[in-house]
Amino acid sequence: MEKLAMGDYGTYVWSCFVLTFVIVILNEWRARRRHKAQYRDIEVRIKAVEERH
Amino acid sequence: MTTGEHTPGLMSGLLGTARRDLLLVWKRPGDVLNPLFFFAMVGTLFPLAIGPSVEQLEFAGPGVVWVAALLAMLLSLNSLFVGDFEDGSLEQLLLSPQPLVLLALGKTIAHWLTSGLPLVIMSPILAITFRMPADTILILMATLALGTISLSLLGSVGAALTVGLHRGTALLSLLTLPLSMPVLIFGARTVSLAAVGDVYSMGIFALAAYAVGALSLAPFATAAALRISNE
Amino acid sequence: MWTWFHKLASPPHFYNLSRLLIPWLAVPGYLLIAYGAYAGLFLAPPDYQQGDAFRIIYVHVPSAYLSMMAYMIMAVAGGIGLIWRMKLAHAVAASAAPIGASFTFLALATGSIWGRPMWGTWWEWGDPRLMSELILLFLYFGYMALRGAIDDTAKADKASAVLALVGAVNVPIIHFSVEWWSSLHQGPTLVREGGPAMDPGMLYPLLAMIFGFTLVFGAMLLRRIRTEVLHRERRTRWVKELVLAPGGSI
Repeated sequence: MEKLAMGDYGTYVWSCFVLTFVIVILNEWRARRRHKAQYRDIEVRIKAVEERH
Repeated sequence: MTTGEHTPGLMSGLLGTARRDLLLVWKRPGDVLNPLFFFAMVGTLFPLAIGPSVEQLEFAGPGVVWVAALLAMLLSLNSLFVGDFEDGSLEQLLLSPQPLVLLALGKTIAHWLTSGLPLVIMSPILAITFRMPADTILILMATLALGTISLSLLGSVGAALTVGLHRGTALLSLLTLPLSMPVLIFGARTVSLAAVGDVYSMGIFALAAYAVGALSLAPFATAAALRISNE
Repeated sequence: MWTWFHKLASPPHFYNLSRLLIPWLAVPGYLLIAYGAYAGLFLAPPDYQQGDAFRIIYVHVPSAYLSMMAYMIMAVAGGIGLIWRMKLAHAVAASAAPIGASFTFLALATGSIWGRPMWGTWWEWGDPRLMSELILLFLYFGYMALRGAIDDTAKADKASAVLALVGAVNVPIIHFSVEWWSSLHQGPTLVREGGPAMDPGMLYPLLAMIFGFTLVFGAMLLRRIRTEVLHRERRTRWVKELVLAPGGSI
């Protein structure tokens, strides 16, 4: 517990690390989601065109 | 000009565009006066907001005058290319056999003469209200002269990139302000240093170097931006 | 060598190649970050001046460094796209911007949080690094705003490339001017630059974090470029074939 408290600085240090973690994960997550959405979007449109033939 | 007498040199394009813009402004003096009024008004805002305490105003003087000048320049930059864009003369400029770089430079020179130079001339009036001593005012004018040249050049790039865009005026400020911050820093802080008797030559050299750099590089960027904006 | 480069510049080749490359960047990257974070938080000795607060360096420095690197990539890629008319280069520039802006924000946030126990305030105008990061954030906003304001993709690419190049030229000038500006008023700074050499116990985790973050950034960038490419090329034949291929992989 003392290790986590880090003197009085614990909140500051941990909030920085957590914030970093959150931003990195958010970036990853959003990038993946956008990619999948883009792919599906194209897939739907192309397959719809194909079906008409 | 009779054909065959002599082919127009490179300078004619530059001078031609500069002259044209100067003539246009001559016919509409409001174009020069409006930024000047804006300059005075912004300068007035600070005492209104901070309070008339002489000590504070004396201290803030260089910064206030400089910020007011920067904002007035931004205001005037909005109309650098928009007028030509709207009446089709910009397209003519792009089609001209003269190098676009020089034409852009010509317009920028005219812009400085009608926006920057008047600010430099008017700055002592505002500076005096902030109790700036005479020798400091001279430094102020020097920094403003160099600084406004840089701002005209730098701003012409932003103006060229945003001409014809929806909400282009706001975008122009957004693009130009961060890039203007070094000029503001060197300009205003140099005057502050001079006001307290510190060595200020560093700032003057930095401003001069920046102006020279901008003069040699910005017109190319402006020309490229004009072509891109008008495809 | 040149043919390889040409091949790489072709969107379909890039698309396939990058898919293989991403895990090779992401996995070592995250492992390095995991080690760096653990060692930085628990193993490195506390700083004699700042105590445990200095540990924020392990996330602040990589963020600041990446914020700069992303901008340079954006500017160089834009320049390449502008001069050599490589479509892919513009996709790189467009992809780098949001990632760079995120890290710039992170550098500012961690810098501010670090400053609170050190200076007693959430913001110290006199700190040159924070100021530089702030101006960089404004540059990113301007870039993204310009891109957003132009509907035509090709035009937006070229305009933002010009802007990024002008910005890149100005970044060293901004640094220099802000350093001078803050030196006029002797104020406290966060990171001791060129100070006494860091104890290895402190340094290695930092290096691990920097390398780890760079690799992770690379993976993120590749992922975003793939999406960007997919979008820009959505009407081409290779994308059609990609999508229709049986067992089609994303």
